[in-house]
Amino acid sequence: MELEILIAVATMGGLGFIFAGALAVADKKLRVEENPLIAQVNEVLPGANCGGCGYAGCYDFSVNVVAGKTPVTGCPVGGQDTAIDVATLMGIDASTSVRMLPRILCCGDNEEAVKKMTSYYGPLSCSAMAQISGGDKLCLYGCLGGADCVVACPFDAMVMNEHGLPEVIDELCTGCGMCVKACPRNIIEMHPEDREVFVFCKNHDDPKTSKNVCHVSCMGCGICARKSDGGVVMDNYLAVIDYEKFDETKIPFDKCSTKVIRKQNFSKN
Amino acid sequence: MELFLLFISAAIINNFVLSMFLGICPFIGVSNKFSSALSMGMATTFVMVITSVVSWLIWFLVLVPNNLEFLQIPAFILVIASLVQFVEMFIKKVSQPIYRALGIFLPLITTNCAILGLALLISMKDYSFLEGIFFGLGAGAGFTLALIIMAGIREELELADVPKPFRGAPITLIVAGLLALAFMGFAGMIS
Repeated sequence: MELEILIAVATMGGLGFIFAGALAVADKKLRVEENPLIAQVNEVLPGANCGGCGYAGCYDFSVNVVAGKTPVTGCPVGGQDTAIDVATLMGIDASTSVRMLPRILCCGDNEEAVKKMTSYYGPLSCSAMAQISGGDKLCLYGCLGGADCVVACPFDAMVMNEHGLPEVIDELCTGCGMCVKACPRNIIEMHPEDREVFVFCKNHDDPKTSKNVCHVSCMGCGICARKSDGGVVMDNYLAVIDYEKFDETKIPFDKCSTKVIRKQNFSKN
Repeated sequence: MELFLLFISAAIINNFVLSMFLGICPFIGVSNKFSSALSMGMATTFVMVITSVVSWLIWFLVLVPNNLEFLQIPAFILVIASLVQFVEMFIKKVSQPIYRALGIFLPLITTNCAILGLALLISMKDYSFLEGIFFGLGAGAGFTLALIIMAGIREELELADVPKPFRGAPITLIVAGLLALAFMGFAGMIS
């Protein structure tokens, strides 16, 4: 019996050894020379293969950087440190890349948003609520409060605050954009970290409806659009900031009746 | 003559894909373009022939004499995995475009049941060495044939006005079923 086991182990081991040897020889003979820069670039990347850059993983990103198809600053997770490392390897100057952070453009929390007369019982994920009945709140555009973005965040940089809205912890965020994809209502957008003025609403309802569904919605009065020389445009009863033409001094912040267009310094909270 | 009949039998009458339903994954997965179907067929045929040689040697010279028949499956899988690694290196060296066109399906030849099935059938039917090689060749040719026919049909299907609910995977599966039905017509011609 013992002999049998020994023979079996020796046979399989021997076979494995022979094949391993053959493959090692084949590897030597058939090795494809590729640009060593690709491996070096790959080395300095975070290696999380998150796909935040739009490629199939860190290796794919390196191939494209070396081929010159994508800028050295293309890795949103590694941020500026990685960009500088990659740029040094590629022998070019690292243009300072702007860190992008997610911003939650809804302030209809549990107190401000008007609830439906009926209660929602069901799976407590935003994607389910968005498909089944739209959750507890009347607003068809706002945050559902199911924390899909918190679940989606691979870096624990999102939390639900006590009012039922998600918050970004800027220090932990890597800007991978997973929360943006997770939100069925598209209220999360990526913005440069130093941007402070936002319209914190996505409601396209007419003035009367939007007033009824939420106390802090953009009703679409258009006063900010009229005063801002094209810095704010109205899109179907919703003020949208055009950051290209936008001039902060022209925005009449105090004229907005729901204070939904406002300046918020994110680094202080 | 015997060997030729064995080849025809493996390639057409007992076609691995369409009669024995082995290797369906690459059959559906890589059959959307004629050129990649052909190279996938070639790669699989190559692996099949070498597998039949090596697994025959291992089965009749190593496992049977030592009463180690129970090691059949792990030993064969070892053979197949190593061979696929080798083929992958080879194709990467010879032709980068083919390597990229085959993509994930190349390493997946490892888990292609048609190849393990071939190795197991050779040991089960007690083929001689030469018979084993011809059986492997026939199986590979049959696999390539099925893939090429499927790719040809699917390239035409791209232009056809397929009813909306059947577009994509459903029509592909229906076509595969009809093809299998057609191949069933050969059943029993050579046992």
